[in-house]
Amino acid sequence: MTVHLSILLWVPLVGAVLGMLLPGPAGRLPALGGAIAALAVAIIALINFDSSASGLQFVTNEMWISELGIHYKLGLDGLNLFLVLLTTVLFLAAMLWAALQEWERPRQFFFWLGLAESGVLGALMAQDLALFVIFFDLMLVPFLFLTGGWGGRDRVAAIIKLFIYTLVGSLLMLSAAIATGVLAPGQGINFELSALAQQRLPVGSQEWIFLFFAAAFLVKMPAFPLHGWMPDGYRAMPLPVLAVFSGILSKVAAYGFLRVVLPLYPDASVHFQELMLLIALASVLYGSAMAFTTTNSRLILGYSSVAQLGFITLGIFALRPEGAQGAVIQAVNHGLVVFPAFFIVALLAARAGGSEDIRHMGGIAVRAPVLATLFLIVAFANLAMPGSSNFAGEFLILLGVFRAKIVIAIVAFTGVAMASVYTLRLFIRAMHNRVGRDVTSRDIRPADGLVLVPLVAVILAFSLYPQIALHKGEPAVVRSIAAARQAETQPATARAEVTP
Amino acid sequence: VTPVLAQAQGPKIDWAGLSPLVALLAGAVVVVMAGLLRPRVVRETLVPLLSAATFGAAIGLGIWQLGEAKDLISGALRLDDLTLVLTFVFCTGGIAAVLLSWRGLAPREAAHGEFHALLLSSAAGMFVLIAAQNLVTLFLGIELLSIPLYVLCATEMRREHSLESGLKYLIIGSVGSATLLYGLALIYGATGSTDFAGIARQLNGVLSDPLLLTGIALSIAGLAFKASVAPFHQWTPDVYEGAPTPITAFMAVATKAAAFGVILRLFDVALIDAQNDWAPALAALATITIIVGNVGALGQASLKRLMAWSSVAQAGYMLAGVVVGTQLGVSATVFYLAVYLFMNLAAFAVIVARERQTPFGDDIRSVAGLGAQRPVLAAAMTLAMLGLAGIPATAGFMGKFYLIDAAISGSYTWLGVVIVIGSMISLAYYLRVLAAMWMQEAPELGGAVAMAATGSRPALAGGDAQVDTVRGQPEVWLVAIVFGAATLFFGIIPSPLFDLAVRAGSALANLV
Repeated sequence: MTVHLSILLWVPLVGAVLGMLLPGPAGRLPALGGAIAALAVAIIALINFDSSASGLQFVTNEMWISELGIHYKLGLDGLNLFLVLLTTVLFLAAMLWAALQEWERPRQFFFWLGLAESGVLGALMAQDLALFVIFFDLMLVPFLFLTGGWGGRDRVAAIIKLFIYTLVGSLLMLSAAIATGVLAPGQGINFELSALAQQRLPVGSQEWIFLFFAAAFLVKMPAFPLHGWMPDGYRAMPLPVLAVFSGILSKVAAYGFLRVVLPLYPDASVHFQELMLLIALASVLYGSAMAFTTTNSRLILGYSSVAQLGFITLGIFALRPEGAQGAVIQAVNHGLVVFPAFFIVALLAARAGGSEDIRHMGGIAVRAPVLATLFLIVAFANLAMPGSSNFAGEFLILLGVFRAKIVIAIVAFTGVAMASVYTLRLFIRAMHNRVGRDVTSRDIRPADGLVLVPLVAVILAFSLYPQIALHKGEPAVVRSIAAARQAETQPATARAEVTP
Repeated sequence: VTPVLAQAQGPKIDWAGLSPLVALLAGAVVVVMAGLLRPRVVRETLVPLLSAATFGAAIGLGIWQLGEAKDLISGALRLDDLTLVLTFVFCTGGIAAVLLSWRGLAPREAAHGEFHALLLSSAAGMFVLIAAQNLVTLFLGIELLSIPLYVLCATEMRREHSLESGLKYLIIGSVGSATLLYGLALIYGATGSTDFAGIARQLNGVLSDPLLLTGIALSIAGLAFKASVAPFHQWTPDVYEGAPTPITAFMAVATKAAAFGVILRLFDVALIDAQNDWAPALAALATITIIVGNVGALGQASLKRLMAWSSVAQAGYMLAGVVVGTQLGVSATVFYLAVYLFMNLAAFAVIVARERQTPFGDDIRSVAGLGAQRPVLAAAMTLAMLGLAGIPATAGFMGKFYLIDAAISGSYTWLGVVIVIGSMISLAYYLRVLAAMWMQEAPELGGAVAMAATGSRPALAGGDAQVDTVRGQPEVWLVAIVFGAATLFFGIIPSPLFDLAVRAGSALANLV
């Protein structure tokens, strides 16, 4: 059975637009319906996904703009299948979460959320470089309005910072993407990724193009020296929005390395491998260190994301199959963990007199055993307890890095240890210790459980059976790094001699 | 005696090809006469209607002639798809200017007939300019375009800024024209021909002639004045701010189209063999323009000034399409002119609407809180700003994509990167407008206090509730909605526009 990816892509937006047209509080229902429908299609795609086949599945390929050689080409393979599922799950959870609260101008709020889901899905499924860039930029716009319209204090300053950082990266990527299409040897301009991978650019062009793409992705993650927008942005975003932003958008950047950069610019990827590994390592160390010194619970999660994304980047630029596989799994894992963690932050803040500072929390576990249990599961998953799927992911990443650069792997191990420190610190300071002054401990409401319990169940399920992602993902991951592997063992100059 | 007489009989005139120009000129005459009639309804309704109809007729006649490629009046003018597509652009701008000024102050103060006749004759000048393939017609066109505009800028006669704007534009425009004329004369001196084809034929023999190089340099300077290319842009913010807003909108979109039309034809047809001389100079100008325009816009509180600086920056982007000297470059420039029209008209329509309904004039405060008050207008303005910034799913993104594509294909990769860097800077000020609309509360309207504080003139109705709805000024809302929607539509389905742009590019058959 074939699955129409166009339906998956556009159904959230259609729901969102319908929601704008309906009057009154009914406006949120179509958006919610769109998110449910998208999840349903994604599950059908998972069931019908043929893990023995190599190459893209459920491909949609139409010429969109013939003058520019841009195709409307969508497809799923092992690289993006689980990220697409993650996106549909988390957006549905975010919409449910948001639907439980009151918002000003709710129809606009849900419209932007729906548009954001379509944008992210488009970036994940696009198999045309220009289409990828278009969706990658487009998915940011809803977050501009969501943060600016419904965010906290200093939101305008925060979004201007956020957008200048991220769009600077994206625009550099735009020029690099156009250059890729134009400079590619061969007849006519064509942005299809499969075609571009065949026509490799000269090494000199690859290098600057690589840097432009890396800038875009590293800002979005964010990675260590380019994370300046993160603290303000995280403080200003409304929590449901922040949870999807942190859970998904950063993964799209990591995914971009695997989908676009490694196959298209393999020589440059090898050339800059050490630089990228060092940036990733710095992100792991810096993120971890900041996460156990800051006291704002949002920022603890934010800096822990910096560290986790550092791990994912390490895995990708190990340029080894194990590392890349670990990166794909870890991307899904982190999304699954960080979203409920933000949800729990919201619950904690509600019990600590509205403060998100862990110094004002404490002792919340007393009368909230269910909440404490759920939080503990999430925390264990986050610190990569053996048995959790995060453990499998980090293990594979470190295995890959070990095989590539042993020194970096040894240093990166400290990151694993630090993850348990900052995660347990958050858990202990919030749930145990002396009861905070304004803390009133109470267990979660059924409505909150509706959002949180299924997510925790997914974490548990994925922990029990991570092989599903490993198995379905393997051929695509191997294909993604194949060109870079070849470039590593056989530099471009040597290749040129072989094929005059 | 006989041969002299035979020549004196004058050239054969292809009236069909000339019909858009004839329509514009005839419309100008009819409108100025109708404006003399006594009844108010004739002056206030019939005259603008006739004016809009004339622009419509010119577009219609252009569509009829689309696909033709012929010389008119012994080769003085060239009718091809480049001429016609740009005619569509400036005539659309003309219709929008008529609609935006419908209830405005300017036509009332300057008399309706004259106002619209000037608008139409300026448009006629644009046609001559775009079609010119002779140095003399080129100059004729540029003067016919400019002189009515000098007057139009000063049509809000009781406002000092408007008069100042007209005077400034007159003085600086005249300097520009004089420079251009000097340049054209030197090109004629070097090549011995005023005809573009003749210049192109003679060019190879005189490539290193300082006379020619000076001529080219002076022509670039003169045309740069018209297109507001830095460092010849200084008049732009003041004139844009002072002129009546509908006229500002017309200048922004139509003059730009005409100026780029003639730049394309002069450099890509007549002077193409000297490309090695002028392309680096134009590339440098484009870079300066992009940086200066975007940086200049950063601190602006007046929306019209902001749009003026943004139009300087956009001129820099478009110059990239000229620099490369390819058909792709021509197409990309024409495409950008078209999408630039949509985005700017949507933005100016919102500015006009807010000028009439808040006491803040064109200050950025006039759009504060617009998202909550008037979501439709705010949506149009949002699309315009996102488009100008080059965000995907807007026509502006496609335009930038096409220009960068053309720049890189023409071996000007670095210029493509400069365009991108310019867009980054521009985000800062376009985002400010978005933030004001969606993320700030509307300021308290303290009546006279607010007006005194801003020091600006009271708007037409000074915050009158009457004009605060669609019913108060439906034509302004129409312009905002139509062009906002076009910005979105052509960002998703750009093919019809690409089709026209490619036709315009193929019209210059001498290019690759």
